[in-house]
Amino acid sequence: MMATKPKLHYPNGRGRMESVRWVLAAAGVEFDEEFLETKEQLQKLQDGNHLLFQQVPMVEIDGMKLVQTRSILHYIADKHHLFGKDLKERTLIDMYVEGTLDLLELIIMHPFLKPDDQQKEVVNMAQKAIIRYFPVFEKEFTVKISNIPTIKKFLEPGSKRKPPPDDIYVRTVYNIFMP
Amino acid sequence: MVAKPKLCYIHGRGRIESICWLLAAAGVEFEEIFIKTPEDLDKLRNEGSLMFQRMPMVEIDGMKLVQTRAILNYIATKYDLYGKDMKERALIDMYSEGVTDLGEMIMLMPVNPPDQKDVKMTLIRERTTNRYLPAFEKSLGCRSSESHTGAWSRWILQNTVQGL
Repeated sequence: MMATKPKLHYPNGRGRMESVRWVLAAAGVEFDEEFLETKEQLQKLQDGNHLLFQQVPMVEIDGMKLVQTRSILHYIADKHHLFGKDLKERTLIDMYVEGTLDLLELIIMHPFLKPDDQQKEVVNMAQKAIIRYFPVFEKEFTVKISNIPTIKKFLEPGSKRKPPPDDIYVRTVYNIFMP
Repeated sequence: MVAKPKLCYIHGRGRIESICWLLAAAGVEFEEIFIKTPEDLDKLRNEGSLMFQRMPMVEIDGMKLVQTRAILNYIATKYDLYGKDMKERALIDMYSEGVTDLGEMIMLMPVNPPDQKDVKMTLIRERTTNRYLPAFEKSLGCRSSESHTGAWSRWILQNTVQGL
């Protein structure tokens, strides 16, 4: 019997789901997506008790409805042997990922800030990126990673990789999540 | 004799508190190095002890671990407080992430501007009552108290109540 593909529930854009898409792509796992477009869709998921904390991202996988980005990432990485060979390697990976997610948090929130704050924040993000995060990754890191076959495929047009947030995405998110 | 883990942080709860609780739950004694001045922090940074120039940092088993979650996951795995398999780990991850979300709001309360404190407090109460406690009550209701997941859930709930 063929295993069911994981199903991702999130608006049609990067946000907190993009890192999940990347890790599934890196693992060479095909997945389905159900895009949230309206508040009613979110309500339906909440009322049906599909969301442990009433929030997305949510990924249906292996009979579970996983929420919380890190839980989802850990599970997929574990399942597809992308989490190091022992506890120490795993912890090293955790540290790098957590640092990246810290930076990502700033980037995710950026399109939703007021225009004046957006300008200020770009400077803040760039400073943090340059001083704190980029030095940790070797110069050759991006090149090496981009050449991994599954990652290379995800970087090509036609993959499920989402574009940077635009006005339509920002509007959709406000419509779904604002009370 | 194995060296005790050393926790580097400012003298307070913040992001080190959950680490202290977890070590306590595991029955592991630890030492604390309190960072009191900007010079203390600079020293740590200059000696290359902080991967992302930030605390907390825990010296354990020959490593200098940073990032709260990475530290918690290492300790939980080492002392068998992380479930028996991947699926249990996923469940534990979900609940502890939920608590961390709530904990973050509580932790940032003292630094909120005065005009926002009431609004934030109301939000914290609302989320705790309508979002987090119901999720935990449901979980605790259907797990045996002897399981690792049960122990972890009890720890999470204790931490939440303590934080409030």
